[in-house]
Amino acid sequence: MSDMVGKGILKSLSVSLKRFAETYLDDLSWLGKRYRTDKGIAHRGSKDARGIFTVQYPEEKIPVPEEFRFVPFLVYDEGPNGEKTLRCTSCGICAKVCPPQCIWIVRSTDPATGRPIPDPAKFTIDADLCMNCGLCAEFCPFDAIKMDHDYELASFTRNVYDETKLSKSAKYYESIRPVNARREDAARAAKAASRTGQGE
Amino acid sequence: MATPVATPAPAQTLDLPARFPGVLNPDTRPGYSGWILDNANLLKFATALRDELGYDYLSSVTAVDYLPEGKMEVVYHVYKTTGGAGVVFKIQVPRADPMEVPSLVSIYPGAELQEREAWDLFGIKFTGHPDLRRILMWEGFAGHPMRKDWHEPYFEEEAKPLKSRWPDGRMIMAESKNLFGDNISYPDGFNPESQTFDPEKALYEALRSYQKDEVGLDTDHIIVNMGPQHPSTHGVFRVAVVLDGEKIVNLKPVMGYLHRNHEKIGERNTFIMNMPYTDRLDYLSSMSNNFGYALAVEKLMNVKPTERAEYIRVMMAEMTRIASHLMAIGALLNDLGAYFTPMLYALEERELLLDIFEAVSGSRMMCNYFRFGGVARDLPEGTLQKIKGLFFERLPRKIEEIDRFLSENEIIRSRGIGQGVLTAEDAIKYSAAGPLLRASGIPYDVRRAEPYSIYDRFEFDVVVRTNGDIYDRLMVRFDEIRQSIRIVQQAVKQLPNGPVMALKPMYQVRVPPGEAYGRVEGPKGELGFYVISNGKPTPWRYHVRAPSFINLTAFGPICIGQKLADVVAVLGSIDIVLGEVDR
Repeated sequence: MSDMVGKGILKSLSVSLKRFAETYLDDLSWLGKRYRTDKGIAHRGSKDARGIFTVQYPEEKIPVPEEFRFVPFLVYDEGPNGEKTLRCTSCGICAKVCPPQCIWIVRSTDPATGRPIPDPAKFTIDADLCMNCGLCAEFCPFDAIKMDHDYELASFTRNVYDETKLSKSAKYYESIRPVNARREDAARAAKAASRTGQGE
Repeated sequence: MATPVATPAPAQTLDLPARFPGVLNPDTRPGYSGWILDNANLLKFATALRDELGYDYLSSVTAVDYLPEGKMEVVYHVYKTTGGAGVVFKIQVPRADPMEVPSLVSIYPGAELQEREAWDLFGIKFTGHPDLRRILMWEGFAGHPMRKDWHEPYFEEEAKPLKSRWPDGRMIMAESKNLFGDNISYPDGFNPESQTFDPEKALYEALRSYQKDEVGLDTDHIIVNMGPQHPSTHGVFRVAVVLDGEKIVNLKPVMGYLHRNHEKIGERNTFIMNMPYTDRLDYLSSMSNNFGYALAVEKLMNVKPTERAEYIRVMMAEMTRIASHLMAIGALLNDLGAYFTPMLYALEERELLLDIFEAVSGSRMMCNYFRFGGVARDLPEGTLQKIKGLFFERLPRKIEEIDRFLSENEIIRSRGIGQGVLTAEDAIKYSAAGPLLRASGIPYDVRRAEPYSIYDRFEFDVVVRTNGDIYDRLMVRFDEIRQSIRIVQQAVKQLPNGPVMALKPMYQVRVPPGEAYGRVEGPKGELGFYVISNGKPTPWRYHVRAPSFINLTAFGPICIGQKLADVVAVLGSIDIVLGEVDR
C-alpha cells in the first residue's frame, strides 16, 4: 500500500484545526466589534465570512431584506386631520387567491340602499393558517394588503387577527418596503392622472 | 441479470401503430397525446417497448379518475435512459369495483411503490403485483381518497375559493367544530366500540414473504422496527426489517406519516394556488419544485417565459441544487456518525444561498417565486452582486474545502466504498433517479436527456460514477455542485435585461383543456408534474412524480444482504425528504 493509513483522517483534522484557529483569529481582528454591531452581523452573512457564523438571536437580529414576507397587514392612509381610511375596498381578490383560504371578509352595505359599498365591515386573517406565500399582496389591485416584516409571532393563544389588529399605516409600509412603496405610489399617481385626464 | 441495459437505438422514426397493429388507439381528446390500449395487450406491449425499442425507464405511473365519464385511467410515462422524448400510454377501465389492471412490476419493478400508491388512493387493483398494500394511508382506512367522489370530514366545497370566505366572511375555527360529533362517518358494519383489528398484520405478512436460505444452520429471524422516526430522523419514516443475526434478509419502508394528500389539495386549488404548495413537497428545494409545476402549466397554457426570467429560473434552480446537495452531504455524514461538524460546515454555505433566496423571493425556504410565464419579481438591487461574490469567489473554494475534509477520510471510505451497492441494471429497473441513478453509472440527467427551459445553452457535464455505492453517491453530489456552480457562472454572465413576466399578472389564469407532463431534474432526481385541465379554474388532476418516493423502491433491494448498521447510511445516501415521500 502506497498510502499511509490515517493520512485522510489527518487531512480532515487539519481542515478542522484551520477553522478552529480562524474562529479566534477572526474574533481578534475585529477588536471586540464582531458581535452586536451592524457591521459585524453583516460580515457574518457575507461572502468573506470566516470563523463563527452564528447570530445570537434575540440579542442580535439579522436585518430582513425588503422582499421578506410574513403574515399580511392592511394599509391605511392618514388624512390631514388624522383620520384613517383603509385602502381595502373588500373586492375579495385576496380571499379568492389565498391558497389556504385564511382570509374572511364581510362587505359593508349602505344602510339606506342595502347595496354593498367598497369598505370591509369585517376583515379576519387566521395567521396560524396563513402560509406566508404573499399572493394576496401580489394580486391586490389597490395596494391595500401587504406582507409584513414582523416575524415574532409567538403567543399563548391562536393568532386570529381582525381589522384593527391588521391595520398599519402607509408610513409604516413605506418604512419597511421603501422601493416597492415608491414604485407603487408613482403607478397610482399616474393612473389617477390618466383617469382625470379622460374625465375632462 | 435478464434486464438488458439500453443500447443506443439506431436512429429511426418511431411508428408505434405500425409496430403494434391493432393494439394502440391514439388518444384523440383535445390537448391529450399518447396511446390507449386494452388490459389484454398491456404486458405484451410493455415488454416489447422495453426489450425491442429500448424504453427501459418507467418514469411515472398514476391514475386519473374521470368521474363524469365513468372511467378510471392509468397513465404510464416511459423513457429511454439514453435520452429523448418518452412514450405515454394509458389503460382505461370502467369505474366500478373491482377495477383491475395488470401490474407492470414484472417488467418495470420501478412501478412497485407507484402502483401501491394508485391502489391506495384510487382503488385500482393491479393484478400480479407482489405486495399490493396501502402505502400512504393506513391499513383499514375506508375508501380511496383521490377518487373524485370521496370527501373528507369538514368538506366544504369541491373547489376553492370557498364561498364562506367572501362575501359571507363569517370566520369559524375548524377546531371549534366537534370532531366526533356530526362530521365523522364509519364504513358500513364498522363499530369502533367493539371491533379491533391489527393494522400491522399486512405489513408483517409481507415482510415474511422472502426466500429462506436453506443452507447451513437453521436460525431464527427477527423483525426489527426502526422508527417511526428514527432512521436517523430524516423525518417521520419507519423501516421494518427482518434480520438473520446482523444481516438483513428483508426490508420494507413504511411511510405516510406526513401524508396530507397534497394531490387532493392540489385538485381543489386554482392553478396559481398550487405554486406555494409545491414549495412544501421537497422543502429543501422549493425553487426546483416551482420550476416543474410552472413548466407543466406553461405547456398547457402554451406560454413561453421571457428570456430574463429563463435565466433567473435556471440560476435559482441550480442554487437550489447546491443547497439541497450540501444538506444531503451533511445529513449523510450525520448518518455515518460524524455528528454535526460536516453538517454545519455544509450548512454555512447553504445559509448564504438561502440569504439570496430570501432577498429575491421573500422567503428562505418556501420561495413561491415562479409564475406562469416568468417569475414573481425581478432580482432586487444588489442581489446579482451577491450572487457573483458567492459563485466566483467563495463557493468554489469552500466546496473544495469540504471535499478535502471528507473524501479522503478513511472512515468514510471504509463505510462507503463497496457498501450499499446498486448496480446499473437495478438502478434502471427500479426507476431510480438523480444522484442515485448516476452514481450507478447511468449518465441520465433530464437537463441533457430532454432539455427543458434553456439548459441546452449551458456547458456542463452530466456527472457519473460507476460503482453505485454509498461513497460514489456522496461524490456524485460533490461533482454536481461543481457543475451547478459552472452553470450559475455562465448564467450570471449571459443574463439579459428585460421583463421577467410574459403575461399580465392574473390571479386566476385560463388554462385550456388537456394534459401536460412537466419534468425537471430536481436535486433528488426526476421531478415530474402531471397536470390535467378541463378548462375550469382548478386542475382536474394534479400528480407529482416525487423522486424521493420512487427512489425508495430501490431501498429494500440495496439493503438486503447488508448489515443492519448500514441501513441508515444507505438511506442517507439515497437522500429522501419526507415532505415529498409522503406528499
